[in-house]
Amino acid sequence: MATHYGRIIRDGLWDNNGVIVMLLGMCPTMAMTATATNGLGMGLATAVVMAASNFMVAAFRHYITREVRIPVYILIVAANVTFVDLVMNAWMHELYKVLGLFIPLIVSNCLPLARLESFASKEPILPALMDGIFMGLGFTLALTLIGAIREILGSGTLFADASLLLGPAFHFMELRLMPADMGVLMMILPPGGFLVTGLVIVGKRLLDLRAGKSIQMAGAHSV
Amino acid sequence: MTQRTLIHGVILGIFCLGFGLFLALTEWATHDAIAARALEDRQNSLGQVIPASLHDNNPVLDTLSMQDAQGHELTVYRALKAGKVTGVAYEIFGTGYAGQMKLMLGIDADGRVLGVRALSHKETPGLGDKIDVKKGDWILQFAGLALGQPPAEKWKVKKDGGQFDQFTGATITPRGVVTAIRHGLEFFAAHQAQLLEVN
Repeated sequence: MATHYGRIIRDGLWDNNGVIVMLLGMCPTMAMTATATNGLGMGLATAVVMAASNFMVAAFRHYITREVRIPVYILIVAANVTFVDLVMNAWMHELYKVLGLFIPLIVSNCLPLARLESFASKEPILPALMDGIFMGLGFTLALTLIGAIREILGSGTLFADASLLLGPAFHFMELRLMPADMGVLMMILPPGGFLVTGLVIVGKRLLDLRAGKSIQMAGAHSV
Repeated sequence: MTQRTLIHGVILGIFCLGFGLFLALTEWATHDAIAARALEDRQNSLGQVIPASLHDNNPVLDTLSMQDAQGHELTVYRALKAGKVTGVAYEIFGTGYAGQMKLMLGIDADGRVLGVRALSHKETPGLGDKIDVKKGDWILQFAGLALGQPPAEKWKVKKDGGQFDQFTGATITPRGVVTAIRHGLEFFAAHQAQLLEVN
């Protein structure tokens, strides 16, 4: 199969986005998008795990037999998650206090597993690494977008606590758009997550329709 | 067992061994840093309920293990100054709207509240989470109070005939916190001698 990096990047970020097209990884999507900052942090942590897991599976793909591939994939994802968890706890502790509870959730995210099975296990190392990075960034993009919408409607802020995540230099990102008591509480509760995720999916399809593309159904050319 | 099964088992075993080693190395490299962060965290939360002027020791390292009336294992942190116990701090547990809330309670040697801070809770954002000092100063009103001041029948939220405000739209959370603090003070009263004894 010829490698098209442009295709991999477009698929990961938009055409075959893990959240808003494939509808994978719904658990972290609902749990971590009450604020844009949380969505961004969760997305980036997942992207690191996905890139590392894709890389490893592609590197070992000739040694992983069909019969034991699923336990090996889970082992690799779990090892990478544990690695990220320990390293963040030790050296990025402020960020860990925000995200720590949710890092182990990455193991139960089916998006990394889906990419290992459908892409990394069949492709050379470099395309697999690229796929991991851009599927992860697409996941980040979706979570940040959903988080931003929920945060603006629910709390009236945007990127609150971003300086905890990215460092004091990013304090300028923290905006207050309206008074806190004007927020719609439901938006930062679980129902808001479902509503906003649904609306983002609809929005993406409308944009695609307007661009004259045919709508891609969930998982159509992935798994 | 056929030969193929054996091969699969060996492959899986090699992967487990490899990644096990990888994680053991990571654990070894991060162990000290993680322990240091955990200690800092506890120091920070203790610093908010025991003023630095009250102690010349490190309360995080001067601890007693006890059991409270509800059967929780408690670690009691003690502040000492010039060889005398000036204050203690321990975790208290309240039942909130969404499960258990953990708070840290600091008490001086006379049984007065030095401060209370929520450590972890899952209360509704925008309603019950005002017990968090980052979201409101409701929790600060307890400083200086003690058992009997207000009297026991007033250690309740206003809705139950007590003296503490509930929040608009949330009674269960403050009720849980007030009850937890009262239990915490009763624990101090019941074990005062043991808590203040210097060995």
